[in-house]
Amino acid sequence: MAMKSETGKTGRLYRLSVWSVRRMANALPVLAVLAAIVVLWYAGSVAMNAKWAYAQAERAGETLSLSQLIADTQSQNRPRLPPPHQVFAELWDSTVEKKITSKRSLVYHGWVTLSATFQGFALGVSVGILMAVGIVCSRTLEMSLMPWAIISQTVPVVAIAPMIIVLSNSLGIDGRATPKAIISAYLCFFPVLVGMTKGLRSPDRMQLDLLKTYGASGAATFRKLRLPGSVPYLFTSLKVGIAAALVGTVVGELPTGAIQGLGARILIGDQFGNPMQIWAALFAAAILAGGLVTLIGAIQTLVLRRMGMEQ
Amino acid sequence: MNILGQNAVIDAKNLCLTFQTADGPVHALKDVSLKIGKGEFVSFIGPSGCGKTTLLRAIAALEEPTGGSLTVNGMTPDEARRNRAYGYVFQAAGLYPWRTIAGNVKLPLEIMGFDRAEQERRVENVLELVELQGFGKKFPWQLSGGMQQRASIARALAFDADILLMDEPFGALDEIVRDHLNEQLLALWARTGKTIGFVTHSIPEAVYLSTRIVVMSPRPGRIADVIDSPLPAERPLGIRDTAEFIDIAHRVREGLRAGHGHEV
Repeated sequence: MAMKSETGKTGRLYRLSVWSVRRMANALPVLAVLAAIVVLWYAGSVAMNAKWAYAQAERAGETLSLSQLIADTQSQNRPRLPPPHQVFAELWDSTVEKKITSKRSLVYHGWVTLSATFQGFALGVSVGILMAVGIVCSRTLEMSLMPWAIISQTVPVVAIAPMIIVLSNSLGIDGRATPKAIISAYLCFFPVLVGMTKGLRSPDRMQLDLLKTYGASGAATFRKLRLPGSVPYLFTSLKVGIAAALVGTVVGELPTGAIQGLGARILIGDQFGNPMQIWAALFAAAILAGGLVTLIGAIQTLVLRRMGMEQ
Repeated sequence: MNILGQNAVIDAKNLCLTFQTADGPVHALKDVSLKIGKGEFVSFIGPSGCGKTTLLRAIAALEEPTGGSLTVNGMTPDEARRNRAYGYVFQAAGLYPWRTIAGNVKLPLEIMGFDRAEQERRVENVLELVELQGFGKKFPWQLSGGMQQRASIARALAFDADILLMDEPFGALDEIVRDHLNEQLLALWARTGKTIGFVTHSIPEAVYLSTRIVVMSPRPGRIADVIDSPLPAERPLGIRDTAEFIDIAHRVREGLRAGHGHEV
């Protein structure tokens, strides 16, 4: 008996160690890439900030040793490329250290961007789904809508963003929330349109024939087959769409002197020569996007499991 | 055999069906004449391109014949469909992954507007008929391929049509499962007295199941031979080793070879 429990224990330990070794084996490539990026980033910051360090030293009539040079490139006030620790210090300072009501808080600006993103996302998803439904239901709508949807995506959003802002101002729409949401929707409706169209068309010949043998109407076919069949496709495109909506919002905050939002922080950081602020805002946007995509992924898993489509 | 004209459930006369393709017309069916009486189990067998599936689809009004006449229950196939004359089983079960087994069987009933209580009653009935009682709440992915196909047969039976059209329903299943389902199908046929049209490319399957075997040949798709089965209604699986069975199988094979001409 004692022997048995002994082997049971080692068996469990063995399985545990196998499990953790596997986990580590999975994590290793991820960590390696991350380390490579950090190393490249530091190397780049030394190379790009060296010119300024040399210029300063020359002006003071000094010569720099290698260690002095490296130390200087890592602690400049206005580096061309701030090293990671400076960026994260700024990120920490402007999120945790600042009150969230402060105009210098990235949480505040992040929230401005996030709320506009949600509005734009809601608008873009609605437009995308409605267009997809129209396109699937009517060949005429497909021919008249699809080309414009594609053309819309070939026009750079930075070109169209100022026009939308000017246009909505001249229409008497106050504030920047609406034009921002429109710009955001402009970027995010397209993946939703494409994904949803594909989803609504996903039922194959046989499934359509089956409904035909029941004498099902077009409406019944849509409701019972096409719509539920499109859900997995919709979620995939929602993930792309929400990231696009965020990018659209940030771009919408760039032109014509916005003062709120992550895009405005990037612009102001650029105008006042504060690279750390730019980079911190960029990272904040990336973290936000990552969080949003993860959130949609979680909802997707939940919904599909609920529907019985995921095991 | 009640193959008299007035009793025919399915009646095809000189049926032609030509598909227009980029490579010119394809004669999927040419001068096909056939009567199927009530309660018959008729198999259509032949190589691919012989029009067996096309014939079944024409009966189901999924294809439009280009010549000849075709009636189902004395009506045009289209009218027959509106009168819920047949249930159709495809090669793939094609169950909706977002519906439970009961939900899938309920699908035609919802579309045809049966009331809720009636839906529940019928679902229970047909699931019992295909020996899937107790599986109603499961999702398709939780069932084996054979069970899924049984669920799809239940779905075709749910609205109680007199005719069951089956297009290679067991073609994608392994032989052991197929044998089992063949046995079950015969039992179901005996219990319900349905008229069954069954497309297959398996000679033993056709001989084991059918009261009549229609051998078809390709280019153009036509009937090469019609064989009335002398096998008794009661058919244990062991019947496949009897001389009678082997005899019919041989005749089917001969019919297939003759239809193929020099190509085999």
